[in-house]
Amino acid sequence: MKIAVCVKQVPDATVHKRLDPATNRLDRSGEGALNATDVNAVEEALRLKEASGGEVVVLSLGPEKAMDSLRKALAMGADRAVLVSDDAAAGSDLVATSRALAMALEREEADLVLFGQQSSDGDGAVLWAAVSDRLRRPMVSQVAELTVDGDAVKGKRQTEFGYDVIAAPLPAVVAVSDAINEPRYPSLKGIMGAKSKPQEVVSLADLGVDPGDVGESGSRTTVRAVAPPPAKSGQVKIEDDGSGAEKIVDYLAEKRLI
Amino acid sequence: MSTLVFLETHDGEPTKGGLGLLSKAAALGAGDVSAVVLGTGVRDAAAQAGAHGASRVYVVEDDALAAPLPQPRVDALEAVVAESGAENVLFAASVLAADVASGLAARLEAGLNWDLTDLRVDGGELVGTRPALGDTVLVDVGWTSTPRIGLVRSGTFDPVETGGTAEVQEVSATFREFSTQARLVDHLQEESSGPSIEEADVIVAGGRGLGGPEGFSMCEELASALGGAVAATRAVVDAGWYPYSAQVGQTGKTVSPKLYIALGISGAIQHKVGMQGSGTIVAINKDPNAPIFDFADLGVVGDLAQIAPKLTELLRARQ
Repeated sequence: MKIAVCVKQVPDATVHKRLDPATNRLDRSGEGALNATDVNAVEEALRLKEASGGEVVVLSLGPEKAMDSLRKALAMGADRAVLVSDDAAAGSDLVATSRALAMALEREEADLVLFGQQSSDGDGAVLWAAVSDRLRRPMVSQVAELTVDGDAVKGKRQTEFGYDVIAAPLPAVVAVSDAINEPRYPSLKGIMGAKSKPQEVVSLADLGVDPGDVGESGSRTTVRAVAPPPAKSGQVKIEDDGSGAEKIVDYLAEKRLI
Repeated sequence: MSTLVFLETHDGEPTKGGLGLLSKAAALGAGDVSAVVLGTGVRDAAAQAGAHGASRVYVVEDDALAAPLPQPRVDALEAVVAESGAENVLFAASVLAADVASGLAARLEAGLNWDLTDLRVDGGELVGTRPALGDTVLVDVGWTSTPRIGLVRSGTFDPVETGGTAEVQEVSATFREFSTQARLVDHLQEESSGPSIEEADVIVAGGRGLGGPEGFSMCEELASALGGAVAATRAVVDAGWYPYSAQVGQTGKTVSPKLYIALGISGAIQHKVGMQGSGTIVAINKDPNAPIFDFADLGVVGDLAQIAPKLTELLRARQ
């Protein structure tokens, strides 16, 4: 089985995230890391490969330096990395990103496409649905348990109302929740071996994507303004002197919350 | 400017988030507001849509929509958007709604802005407010084409009954082959008592400071005295002290009750993003330097094993 895992490089957790005032886009100049919940998707792909064989390809859209983060997936055990990188793709929103990614996935013809739960930079948790619509494939998201049986997948999907068990024929798109597994750490051998694994950078032209269909020209959303959030006022902090509970009750009563 | 609000239903009842968003859309006062309900046995939800400000309700009743799956809903919404000519299509965020909104965006080549915490009309344009970068900035977002698709943070708007009635319009949809390939084979209901955390007006949440799974009985008793629901941080869910369905934060649910009481929660950013939309935040923590005191309305530094049971007792005595 061939599995493609869609991943993203995000600013490292230690980097102070900021918007570039000139473009209103996230400043990606600092240290990058593989998005944490994408690591769960890579782990799940590796477990499926270990159980039944096949190939794991990690695929991303981003600046060329994003390959540094894709190498972490290779160090964990993924077989190769494909990075769609093109200046014309910078600033792509959901419609534009999903278009470029879908074209790259069409080229791979994977049996299973996996996504992680959420990007930590844009807080997006929707890309798989747009991509699966473009690929015209069945999709299951928020999957906390995944099994592949022959030519079908079964996912236990976590919702506000409990768990739904969803079955779908392959090829399919699955977005996993971060509750699905505990990802492995790359071994030293894995890290050393990652360098020699295939790492391909492809352009929009390679994929047959019209540059006008991605980046800002291909996007349908815009940032109009950026402002600091309003400061909170009227905060009260007290030390409990034995009357803490009474003070809370008084406070709630004054606010008419009880 | 015509607006269509996706009214998600659960067991035939519209969700609070959907009704709240409908009320907000009506309050914008910018043109026709319609609702759309999809499923089987959902016609009764139409009456509630009217009472919350919709002048028209589009209904697609089809067996393909019986299970809570997103892809057939994209097909149905594509038909309803074509029928209604809606320029704005708004969703109250949920696991289901997020997938539907994103699939629809790709289908219609439309812009999707997510995690919106406010909507307004500015110079005839729809503008959304979206907190970003761990809610350290507020971004005004717009759309460059129609329909404009917006996904609003769950629990952002309260339902307001205006007492109107909506005209019901049936729409039929054709379903794509790939849209109906995923099938619901089983549903496992979570054991729960009291309101769900998305719907609750009061939430009592517990973190590591509870000391262990048994600490949650304090949360449950306090929640029961307030008629509220119990939530948990990621750390304690990971530790197996409480079920994932109660997890609030970046990798759990986003909630915005009127009152959020945090017991033994440090207030890490991952938790904060899931609950900072709460009306009033009360925190009890023994660490005076816990970050939660930076954004709690009332912070009490002290031993929660002393304070929480006393608080429960005082609240019960008031009833």
